[in-house]
Formats: sequence, structure tokens, C-alpha cells
Amino acid sequence: MEQPNLSYIESMSGGDKDFEQKLIDIIQKEFPEEKDIYFKNITANNFKEAAENVHKLKHKISILGLVNSYESAVQFEHNLLEGSKEGQNEFEAILQNMTDFLKTL
Amino acid sequence: MNCIIIDDEATARAIISQLCSNVPSLTVLDEFPNAIQAIKYLNQNEIDLIFLDIHMPDFTGFDFIETIKNPPKIVLTTSDANFAIQAFEYDCIVDYLVKPITPERFQKAIQKAESSPVSATSSNASEHVETTSGNDLYVNIDRRLIKIDIPSIYLVEAKGDYILIKTEDKNYTVHSTLKKIEEKLPDSLFLKIHRSYIINVQKIIDIEDNSVLIKKDVIPVSRSNRPELMKRLNLL
Repeated sequence: MEQPNLSYIESMSGGDKDFEQKLIDIIQKEFPEEKDIYFKNITANNFKEAAENVHKLKHKISILGLVNSYESAVQFEHNLLEGSKEGQNEFEAILQNMTDFLKTL
Repeated sequence: MNCIIIDDEATARAIISQLCSNVPSLTVLDEFPNAIQAIKYLNQNEIDLIFLDIHMPDFTGFDFIETIKNPPKIVLTTSDANFAIQAFEYDCIVDYLVKPITPERFQKAIQKAESSPVSATSSNASEHVETTSGNDLYVNIDRRLIKIDIPSIYLVEAKGDYILIKTEDKNYTVHSTLKKIEEKLPDSLFLKIHRSYIINVQKIIDIEDNSVLIKKDVIPVSRSNRPELMKRLNLL
């Protein structure tokens, strides 16, 4: 599985380490909240709401440099809007991958 | 340029704010997690540029643009490139940034904003109580024109920049004014009884002192409107 990285955050910061840490702190706070809402909605079969959650989580997937995972999330969001959960396992594996990575920061 | 950032995602606001801090000509005056808060701010402050997320719950970026009367220049920010065509239907939108936003692409957007003429008002802006046709009233909610059966309306209440239209079946919150909807409602049915309320006279249950019971709502009647209300009643 592709590995998350900080390339985008570093390219954004222009070497500003305080900003890098501030952004990581925000992601570490916001990501679990968004993830929780997603799991509540997917468990309750709230497809439209879950698709909105995936939409929001996509940004963090891209911030952590996960190019292929981003494409999978786009497809999963589309599937949810069509009333299908196809791609759920793959998407949730991406979330776990990000969770593990954020713990190391 | 004085700017604000509207995005429900804190991470996105932090990134855009950081990108702005690298541009000497930009001053970020404030950040908002939703469009409603930003509308209140815009009513009291002059802004040159807004970084606006499209995909927000309840009130999207496009709802926001259609709500404000004279939108400043707007740079849309989104994770979804599919809105690009719709975006450029609005004169006020100067650029469209797909997240994650790179510093290089951000610089281009600022150059576009700086070189574009002073904001033109969107032709779609603001007129949210749209039209009447016979017994129907159309209101603009979430970019859809929703038909309301006029006789089913029993109460319209002013709520800041919005009005709450109460009907037998459903309530609607619309960005408009009591004055605008008053012009669209027939005088034969409706009466303004207070600066914040218009009622359907046929739906009154009873009147006590300076208040009217209409459905389950008790509505105050202002002293100046009371004579007109009394005239409209078939008093024994």
C-alpha cells in the first residue's frame, strides 16, 4: 500500500516548521472527528451523508500525498452517491493507513 | 486586498491562510467555518476577495454567492473539479482552485484576482422570493425553485436576513425580506400585523388583547397595525 508522506505540507510551508507542526496538529484533531462521522453514517447506511464525509476526507488523503488512494476515494464517493458501498473496505484501509501514520508524527 | 476565507474544514482554512501570508498584498481579515457567519460579517465589512469552499453542509458556496447582493471577487476552492463550468457562470468568480492547492497555482489565482476588474455583481444574486403564478409562490432554496401554495401559508416571520415561511405542511427559510414577500402575497388573504410578522387572516384562531393565535403560534399585533386587522375581521 502506498505510504503517506509530508511532501505536500513541506512544499506548502517553505521551510516554516511552526506552520508544518500547526497543520499536523489541526489534521490530527480534525481527521478522527471526520472519520467518526463517516463510520456513523456508513454504518447507518446514510449513503449521501457518507459520500459527503468521504468528499471531505479526500482533501486530507491528498494532503498526505496519497495519490492512488485519492483516486480510490473519488470512486468510492461516486459509488456511495449511486447507493453502492463498493470500495468500502479499500477506503477504510486508507483511513487506517492515515491513522497509523498520524500517530507517528 | 482585504480577504476572508470560508471553509468548513479547519485544515483547508489553515492552508489558505498560510498561502495568503506569503502574498504581501493580501490581508486575511477573518476566517469562517460556514457561509452564514460570513454573510453577517459581509453586511458590516468591506471585503475585496473571498476564498470560498463550494462543498459545505447546509449552505453551499453557490448558495452563498446567490445570497449576497454585491459579491466581491471570489476564488472558489474545492476538492471537486466538476463544478468548474457552473463556477464561471458567475461574474464575481475570478478563479477556481482544486485542493490540494499548490503555492504556484495559488499565485496565479491572486494575479487573476488583482488584474480582474472591480467586482461585477452576479446577475443571479439575491432576489430569492421569485415570482407568483396564480396561487403559487416560488422560492429559491439550495438553487432550486420550490413551489409553495400561497393559501397554505399561515405565517411569515422576519428572521434577520431571512424569512421563515410557515405553511400547513412545511416551513421554509428563505433569504429575503418581509417587504419583498409582502409584495407577492395577495392583500385579500395576508396582513402585516407587526414589523416582523405577516399572517394569513383566514387562519386566525382567536385574538386576545394584542396578540393573535394562528395555528400554534401566538403572534404580537403592533398598535399601529391593530386597526387594520380589526377592519378585516367579520365582527358580529
